[in-house]
Amino acid sequence: MKYTPVIGLEVHVELKTLSKMFCGCSADYFGKKPNTHTCPVCLGMPGALPVPNRKAIEWCVMIGLALNCEIPSFSKFDRKNYFYPDLAKGYQISQYDQPFCINGEIVLENGKKIRIRRVHMEEDTAKLTHAIVDGEKVSLIDFNRSGIPLVEIVTEPDFESEMEVIEYLKRLQQMVRHLGVSNADMEKGDMRLEPNISLQEIQNSKNQDANKFQLPNYKVEVKNINSFRFVGKAIEFEIKRQTEILDKGETPAQETRGWNEGQNATLSQRSKEEAHDYRYFPEPDIPPIRWEEFQIANIKSQIPELPDQKLERFQKEYGLTDAQAIFLIESREMAVFFEKAVEEGKSKEVNPVQIANQIANRKIDVGKISPEEVISEIAGKTTGIISDQAELEKLAQEVIEENPQAVSDFKAGKEKVIQVLIGAVMRKTAGKADANKVKEILKTFLTP
Amino acid sequence: MNIDLNKLTITEAKKGLAEKKFSSLDLTTACLKRINSVEPKVNAFVTVTEEEALEQAKKADQQLAKGVDLPLLGIPISIKDNFCTAGVQTTASSRVLEGFIPPYDATVVVRLKEAGMVLLGKTNLDAWAHGSSTETSDYGTTKNPWNIKHLPGGSSGGAAASVAADETIAAIGSETAGSIRQPSDWCGVVGLKPTYGRVSRYGVVAMASSLDSPGPITKSVADAALMLQVLAGQDRFDATTSPKLPDDYLKNLTKKLTNLKVGVADEYFDGVTETVREKVLEALKQLEKLGVKLIKIKLFSPEYTIAIYTILQRAEVSSNLARYDGIRFGHSRDYFGSEAKRRIMLGTYALSAGYYDQYYNKAQKVRTVIVEDFNKAFNEVDVIIAPTNPWTALPLGASQGNPMYGEMADALVEPSSIAGLPGINVPCGFSKEGLPIGFQVIGPQFSESLILNVAYQFEQATEFHNLKPTL
Repeated sequence: MKYTPVIGLEVHVELKTLSKMFCGCSADYFGKKPNTHTCPVCLGMPGALPVPNRKAIEWCVMIGLALNCEIPSFSKFDRKNYFYPDLAKGYQISQYDQPFCINGEIVLENGKKIRIRRVHMEEDTAKLTHAIVDGEKVSLIDFNRSGIPLVEIVTEPDFESEMEVIEYLKRLQQMVRHLGVSNADMEKGDMRLEPNISLQEIQNSKNQDANKFQLPNYKVEVKNINSFRFVGKAIEFEIKRQTEILDKGETPAQETRGWNEGQNATLSQRSKEEAHDYRYFPEPDIPPIRWEEFQIANIKSQIPELPDQKLERFQKEYGLTDAQAIFLIESREMAVFFEKAVEEGKSKEVNPVQIANQIANRKIDVGKISPEEVISEIAGKTTGIISDQAELEKLAQEVIEENPQAVSDFKAGKEKVIQVLIGAVMRKTAGKADANKVKEILKTFLTP
Repeated sequence: MNIDLNKLTITEAKKGLAEKKFSSLDLTTACLKRINSVEPKVNAFVTVTEEEALEQAKKADQQLAKGVDLPLLGIPISIKDNFCTAGVQTTASSRVLEGFIPPYDATVVVRLKEAGMVLLGKTNLDAWAHGSSTETSDYGTTKNPWNIKHLPGGSSGGAAASVAADETIAAIGSETAGSIRQPSDWCGVVGLKPTYGRVSRYGVVAMASSLDSPGPITKSVADAALMLQVLAGQDRFDATTSPKLPDDYLKNLTKKLTNLKVGVADEYFDGVTETVREKVLEALKQLEKLGVKLIKIKLFSPEYTIAIYTILQRAEVSSNLARYDGIRFGHSRDYFGSEAKRRIMLGTYALSAGYYDQYYNKAQKVRTVIVEDFNKAFNEVDVIIAPTNPWTALPLGASQGNPMYGEMADALVEPSSIAGLPGINVPCGFSKEGLPIGFQVIGPQFSESLILNVAYQFEQATEFHNLKPTL
């Protein structure tokens, strides 16, 4: 390909606070009877005023911290003025030039850094439904969603493929779930995705980095996509579409497009000329926010173990394979369930690998079964842990012969690789080996 | 029994109620009778809640009989029609909101109800509080009770007129820049604009959110202090209210003014008519007799504030009126009057891309400079005294065809509003034509106790507050 894709991403995440962003209404709106979670504030009644939700702001900062952002000591809300029937006040309370979090980063599997430009706080709009009632075409508005706290996470245009985008999204989703601040359920609209895509001609210049500083002179935004798969498809489609235009020597139009699943294509929605002037100005109803260092430190201290850390620990502590650990950290609930089961399993001689296998193979729904039940299931069919020294030594020897690369890596000082070997022994025993014993045996064999 | 109960101050009415000289029902009936007789001339009210008022009065009498003691128990009050009142139409004097019945009470209304008031009705204002004459109201112009061929001022023109005409015992108004003090001045009554953030804005139809300050309009300074005591304090529904605890506003009224430093700035006498200047200077002499020291100070000319205020206020207005789209309540935008449309256009322009820095941002910077100018002055003096208005009440029609009329009329009150300071209008005389003249006492933020004290001492030494118009 002659072009490098230049992709940036805006992600909206709905927070699962008890109440809405600026009023006391319940934020648990999904599937509720329309217009039952409303009050003068989220209906934009005359005279109603917003009072910001402290929890939501703290969670926004928490997301920023987890994304390695700086938290400026001064921040404020702004009004974003535009008209739409789902916007009760005629403006959205958002943040313009001084968001809560700036300059973060997230590192992908391939070691690439995706820079986070900003993380800011805003409110969701009401929900419009276009329907036919009594033979008449009407638009219905449900204000239950009006004022739900939304966090917007904006990256720099650092992605070069849809794979990178999807990996980032999965990690972000996992992260907010582990932080316990959002269900990040795509189907319920908890997470909404807006990639912006353009193509950069690959120059013959040797200095690829210098190239990067010159962004393409156009940008195509694709709005409100609600699944990772569609993001992938939309990016793929755009790359193809824009390539064809560039190949003709033309420049793609700067515009906003929408993903149309039926046509498997993005369609033009709004051109640059029709772009809004949002007339941002500081929200006079909410005093600016000034952070003291101890307040930020306090939020930081509330951040639980994040997926990356958990992944590493699960492999190290429980002798799990990469795949097993990844599966278990999918959600915080799953990880907590697993660790409870491990605790429970200790007395019954059920080891972590067995538990991991049981959870994965049986596709256990952690909401429907208790850790104790899983342990009894395993214990019931297990004759016991293999702790026979001779048998384990034999298996360890086999594994060492089958994995020369891992062995030489280990000897070269990469001690973590021992997990790979432990995992291999475990697989041979269907998870019934005593992991600690296996580790000891492997260490004796590998250490001269 | 006194037949003119409606003429009483809150303080007098409370005494009479406590001594069982009359009932709240007598008091309320007297006010309603007065409303019925003078409204055709004055037009201070958009809505009179006669039935509800009588009900509330009866309830208040039952409570009084049980010995319940509340600051405003059984006292009839009128409320400006830009305060939301649950179950009672709230229009902000615009047809856009005609028929709008709020489902909730403004915090000010909640506090007044908890204090036992009897709600007489909702008073007229310039539509959306845009103006200083009530001539932009969609419900007709309110007339000045002292001369019904003259304007009452505004935007709380209906509130000030309802007090001056003795249609009510006291009133609630709101000021963005002048809307309490200016009509109080023209109608010869006491009007207190508290520090921004001292009284909750929740439930007040927003004009310029960074300036709006609800406050009382009363027949005496003591009444203003009593009302402020009920209204002041942090509100969990308004994030801009101050957590600072309110003072005891009645306690300091009687303090002597010996050695109090009063600042007087020439800049506030520029362009002021001879009659107004004369009466305010006489008032200053009177205050000197009461022991204050007059100190000449320099302040920025109020004319600079006009441009700053106009930009900030129009910008906020353009955003605040965006919710009136006729989708959830009220009527469509076609119902906006020309003043509101002008303000929306000007504010939208000032906030547009490319103009924001030039107008809004610059105005905010100058606002800070004005705040600092006052801070500097308050290093030298305790309070500042100035005329409230450059002129006495203008004839009907004066605002028409003059889009900047309001800003000119409010020139002397805009700087302190922009700075969020408290100010009070005190009557201090009459013109040859018999139109009232007042002066304002401006103090540092949260100095309501002090300015009330100065106003009270002056009032007690003079007779102006006891004079009544003949209608």
